[in-house]
Amino acid sequence: MHEFWSAAELDALRLSVQVATRSVLCSLPVAILVAWLLTRARFAGRSLFDAFVHLPLVLPPVAVGYVLLVLFGTRGPLGHWLYAHFGVELAFSANGAALATAVMTFPLMVRSIRLSLGSADRGLEAAARTLGAGALDRFISITLPLMLPGILAGSVMAFAAALGEFGAVITFVANIPGRTRTLSLALYTAIQTPEGDALALRLAIISFALGFAGLLLGEWLTRRVRHWLGP
Amino acid sequence: MLSIKVTKRREAFALDVAFEAPTPGIVALFGHSGSGKTTLIDIVAGLLAPDSAAVRLDELVLIDTSAHFALAAERRRIGYVFQDPRLFPHLSVRSNLLYGLKRAPPPHAIGFDKVVALLGLAPFLARRPHRLSGGERQRVALGRALLSQPRLLLLDEPLSGLDAPRRAEVLPYLEALRDQLSIPMIYVSHQFDEVLRLANYLVLIEAGRILAAGGMHEVSLRPELTAMVAAEQVGAVLEGVIGTVDAARGVAQLNLGNGTLLVSAQGARVGARARVQLLARDLIIATQPVQGLSVRNALAGTVSAIRDDDEAQLVSVDIGGATVLARVTRDAVDALALRPGLPVFVLVKAVAVRTHRF
Repeated sequence: MHEFWSAAELDALRLSVQVATRSVLCSLPVAILVAWLLTRARFAGRSLFDAFVHLPLVLPPVAVGYVLLVLFGTRGPLGHWLYAHFGVELAFSANGAALATAVMTFPLMVRSIRLSLGSADRGLEAAARTLGAGALDRFISITLPLMLPGILAGSVMAFAAALGEFGAVITFVANIPGRTRTLSLALYTAIQTPEGDALALRLAIISFALGFAGLLLGEWLTRRVRHWLGP
Repeated sequence: MLSIKVTKRREAFALDVAFEAPTPGIVALFGHSGSGKTTLIDIVAGLLAPDSAAVRLDELVLIDTSAHFALAAERRRIGYVFQDPRLFPHLSVRSNLLYGLKRAPPPHAIGFDKVVALLGLAPFLARRPHRLSGGERQRVALGRALLSQPRLLLLDEPLSGLDAPRRAEVLPYLEALRDQLSIPMIYVSHQFDEVLRLANYLVLIEAGRILAAGGMHEVSLRPELTAMVAAEQVGAVLEGVIGTVDAARGVAQLNLGNGTLLVSAQGARVGARARVQLLARDLIIATQPVQGLSVRNALAGTVSAIRDDDEAQLVSVDIGGATVLARVTRDAVDALALRPGLPVFVLVKAVAVRTHRF
């Protein structure tokens, strides 16, 4: 095993998977809530909120990373508060990398969940209501299962994208080997290093394979769940 | 007593209805599509907010906007069978059936096994809804609504999405439901044959307003109804008790008011209450007793009214305690000198009369 994988590769791979997993797990509940708000709720400033949620799609990732650094850096208002009350330090840590990728992949997740929520038959919720189910009960027993294709597709896509997030991560948490050096950061470092060509190629191939596998898995899972839900 | 008073302004029309119907029993809301029937029962179910409403089921107030009171839909315990079955696709038939049962406060008077037997659901309990036929789905939807232990059951054209054979499959289950469970029901339909077989109180609704409301016999004579149904469906609905059944001769005797009517023996049981519709186009009027005809029924009566109807004349004849309608040509009215007060005989073939349990 160790003959094939170098320590640097293994570290980067392990860290990327960790960061992506944390990022998806943390943003999923928020994404479901936001998707629900954008699809079902009527409130003032909805289109503004919608645009705000989608901002990371169009902003330079470096700008997002910079905003995070200002807000969550050790001296930033939120970062200071988190450290003072919970001892949590986001800047220059794997958790910070997870936060940065979560913000960057959030719109992808929301879009996918929103699509499936939009196509969920509201008549089924009305039926559940006449059968005695209150709002939260209906959401958990009916709406959420109907959203499952979108939730799965969104999560897998966000996971695959999170593995490769670069700009926001390097700006917010820097490039610290073993702590914040994920796959794409390691790849970038290898390219910058003399004689790093072989490593760069291997890392690029790994990234490519992971992304491709993620998309295929997402497609397959969505099809399985759709089939399970019936035509 | 089910008492309903509702107003609701919609884009296409203004719904403004009020009626009271006996409970338990099936109230039919009969009218064309777009007349406001579904809007009305959505308000009764609590799925749609009215402009104003007072709905009471026996002693229970469901909504009273004048007192700023409305019970939440999920707490009304009103079963609703929609036009489309709306089964939960991610749950098995069994879990669909149990969905309402689990959420209903005990005691559960309507048991799982009873409903499964009544609706013949045993063969597909483990299946998922998309593996059922249209008729089977609607039976599951019916069972699911029943198992939620409803105080009132709303049925919104539950057969309209089904073809004729599937309708014929589901209708007997609805009759069984009515006969074996004493749940008040509101049945929305624009098919008069369904209403005829199921309802005991009829509300005619058109463009958001009630044209007529009352018992089946009473409303079946109303010009508002005869204007709404197809010409060949016009006819008085009569209710009586089967007196004798002569299986050998293939006829049964139905006692109605002061007279008796020979009807086809098919499905008739002595002592059973039965309903017949004497179609206006099937009736013949004679001013004298006739002989030498194969017709088995000659009901003596008196002409009570004559009105225009679809290129012909609709003659009402009081046969003692009930009225029947006969469609005859203007020519016949003149030739027989038919006029209110004239004693006549109404002839109808026994085979033309189908009885329905009710």
